[in-house]
Amino acid sequence: MNNYYASIECLYNPRIRDKPVAVVGDAEARHGIVLAKNQLAKRFGVKTGDPIWLARQKCREIVTVPPHFDRYLRFSSMAREIYGQYTNRVESYGLDECWMDLTGEGEPQKEGRDIADRIRRTVRHELGITASIGVSYNKIFAKLGSDYQKPDATTVITQENYREVLWPLPASDLLFVGPATTRKLACRGVHTIGELANADPCFLHRLLGKNGLTLWQYANGRDSSRVAFMDEAAQIKSIGNSTTAPRDLVSEQDIRITLYVLCESVAARLRAARLRCTGVQVGIRDFRLYSINRQGRLARPCCDAETIFKQAFALFHAHHTGQPVRSLSVKAFALTGASALQLSLYPEAMRQDRQEQLETALDEIRRRFGNFSVRRCVMLADPELSRMDPQSDHIIHPVPFIA
Amino acid sequence: MARKVFVEVTARFDREGRMLPLSLTWEDGRTFEIDRVLDVRRAASLKAGGQGIRYACRILGRERYLFLEEGRWFVEG
Repeated sequence: MNNYYASIECLYNPRIRDKPVAVVGDAEARHGIVLAKNQLAKRFGVKTGDPIWLARQKCREIVTVPPHFDRYLRFSSMAREIYGQYTNRVESYGLDECWMDLTGEGEPQKEGRDIADRIRRTVRHELGITASIGVSYNKIFAKLGSDYQKPDATTVITQENYREVLWPLPASDLLFVGPATTRKLACRGVHTIGELANADPCFLHRLLGKNGLTLWQYANGRDSSRVAFMDEAAQIKSIGNSTTAPRDLVSEQDIRITLYVLCESVAARLRAARLRCTGVQVGIRDFRLYSINRQGRLARPCCDAETIFKQAFALFHAHHTGQPVRSLSVKAFALTGASALQLSLYPEAMRQDRQEQLETALDEIRRRFGNFSVRRCVMLADPELSRMDPQSDHIIHPVPFIA
Repeated sequence: MARKVFVEVTARFDREGRMLPLSLTWEDGRTFEIDRVLDVRRAASLKAGGQGIRYACRILGRERYLFLEEGRWFVEG
């Protein structure tokens, strides 16, 4: 779907439809960056991730609107319902993108284009926003095709035409070619997808490692990954939350409050997914925007906030440089199923079990009476910092392409 | 550009659980009977800015769209 957030905002507010629009985060909470923009704003060079002041500098008459994540989620699930009328193989790639497997009887190219056009029409009528669709014989080319023409277009990429259509595109258009890879390739004279496809795979392997071979295969259309089924839950590899604090965090109490909020959300999400973690990662970004990530292992798989917090707090202390902190993140990784747990007679393990039972009871209270119904004492020390609710505020979790 | 006018609606639920709007009450209190529902489908309202289940209704001999959006009814005013 084209300019997803911005399109939905423009649908709901016809007055701004013909103006350059940017959906921006809350500047007062220091989340003031461009989350999405419409075509008109794009023409002025406004980019996702630009701070609001920069967007205003690029385009003086830009209209900024706050995001409505509930709407974006609602539209995403309605779009999936539309796709589900054609196939049960629908794999989401973020909120606004999907792969669909339409392999079946009939002439693939013609039928693919017909279905794509029908889907675009339905999305336009029922949801009031436009979509671009790429039809191809593998996921990588389908994605490239969907980015090829915007807005509201179907691009068919076949085994016969991919060289003419895709190979002249810059290598950075390919999935997984980020700024660092683009730079490395450009230094060796590889600028387009075609040049990448015709490069010697051994050379790419030397330059980029295993990733080089994968990219070479992608550029040649040799991606054979399948499209997941609609009800297939992606295997969760890690669960994390992060926040940019409304003010720089300086005291130990500031850190404590913010880390507790994040750990409680991570732990509750672990319990909801019936998982435990054995690894904890903390991300610290200081006021100069210098950031680090540090990991530590737990003695025993856990899904309680207290244990995760202790590890996160210890990691923070071990690696923090003493500078005021702008944002913090906590991630639980090395996940295992909640049921497979080695029993233990040691008192610390039993303490952890009790803690888990306590927090499970809290989950139930919070489910019935809201997230702020039961709180830690430390949260009351600074309501400004503890006000956020990452568990229900952050409902959009990006999914990686390679599981 | 049309205005998004939220209205009060009286509806009937039949035995199958289908909902049929019978009348709507405008902001100023006037009530209009819905003579007939001609079509029901999911649609966006580009005019008023919204999206929901669209009931194409005949009211006073004219066709009007009535939208049910997240539990609230609106018309393109």
